[in-house]
Amino acid sequence: MSTLKLDLENYKELLQEYIKTQDEQALYQAEQFSKQSMQQNISPEEIINVHIQSLQELYPEMPDYIQASMNFLLETMISYGLAYQEHQSLREKQLELKSEISVAANMQKTLLSTVKPDLEEVDIGALSVPAKQMNGDYHHFVQDGKGSLGIAVADVIGKGVPAALCMSMIKYSMDSYPEMRMDPSVILGSLNRVVERNVDASMFITMFYGLYNSNTHTFSYSSAGHEPGFYYYSDRDEFEEIDVPGLVLGVSSETSYTQYQKKVEKGDMIILLTDGVTECRQGDRFIEQEEILHVIKQYSHLPAQETVENVYKHFERLQDFHLRDDFTLIILKRNV
Amino acid sequence: MNLTIDVTNKENIAYVVLSGEVDAFTAPKLKDALLPLTKEEGQTVEVDLQNVNYMDSTGLGVFISALKSTKEHNTDLKLVQMQERVYRLFKITGLTEIMNIDSTVQGGMQ
Repeated sequence: MSTLKLDLENYKELLQEYIKTQDEQALYQAEQFSKQSMQQNISPEEIINVHIQSLQELYPEMPDYIQASMNFLLETMISYGLAYQEHQSLREKQLELKSEISVAANMQKTLLSTVKPDLEEVDIGALSVPAKQMNGDYHHFVQDGKGSLGIAVADVIGKGVPAALCMSMIKYSMDSYPEMRMDPSVILGSLNRVVERNVDASMFITMFYGLYNSNTHTFSYSSAGHEPGFYYYSDRDEFEEIDVPGLVLGVSSETSYTQYQKKVEKGDMIILLTDGVTECRQGDRFIEQEEILHVIKQYSHLPAQETVENVYKHFERLQDFHLRDDFTLIILKRNV
Repeated sequence: MNLTIDVTNKENIAYVVLSGEVDAFTAPKLKDALLPLTKEEGQTVEVDLQNVNYMDSTGLGVFISALKSTKEHNTDLKLVQMQERVYRLFKITGLTEIMNIDSTVQGGMQ
């Protein structure tokens, strides 16, 4: 109470000075007063109360109607005072949530971390950048020690925290498959049943699963409704969309997935991505597929990791460094 | 960009006309309007997408949950007049195979 009393004196003096001089300086002080009041959680109606008291002390002869109008004003400000209090408590809660989400985001990073394998035969570049704090995109590498490399790229629909939680579930069911059962069609089929049973009706997951055999240089793959990637034929210097049919995970428990296979020649590239790449916008315009391929081509002479990083930087600049969606790009290039 | 939703009923068909963008921002509104319609047994819900020029995967999620709901409640869902860009999304995700989608697709209308 003591600070408020001090402020009352202060306010009275300021008011008196302003009424006499109409001086800018006094107005500036009033602004400071309001800032200070906010810091001390003083509500708007309390300030009006201070105003009324100051007026009464300065002008004891104040007409009744002014006094009455002031009381009226005081009453009308009460709701604002309540709203202000609520705002304060929401702000505290928001800070709390923010710190909890950043803890969760860190946990997600740890849970979902994957190590990009170092293979002699295949040069691998991988990059995944979340648009918000938590990433709804996901990629995972699995090696079987006999020259086979499994690559999963997925996008969980329903963004943010629920999506991230869902991704952890997927990762752990994927980790539990025995190594000999790494066939893409089998993996997608069984993940589909996991997702269908466990996830909310409006949430679904798109996933591309590929298996690279570095002994025979064959690439087997299946897709569950995932954004098509590209295959680059080095001899023809041509890109081709890897367009394979398949229903997204979690919609129908009876879905099965077809598996396809490609022979990979030296210099060929496999490009996997999420819709954060293909749905890049420049202003209101969506970028065209040719544009993406052109940019990839431009940097494809670099090691694969540098290629994906440069492609990302290109589209980040194009969108004024503001990602609308999580961005994941993976490139596999056969070396020898 | 916003989304407007117009619903009219004729016998046992609910016509839903959408206009605007269906994205993470407008999807909850669409879900609230669409899902109750799929729960009235015997009803067909026909969604006109002629004026939807953009849909993201969150929007797709709404139609997936609507489809699941039609199976539970013995109703029908039909999507008509889809624009090409939106149709591509349904095609990639394999939903054209399991949803009733009118095949007359609108070319790049703005």
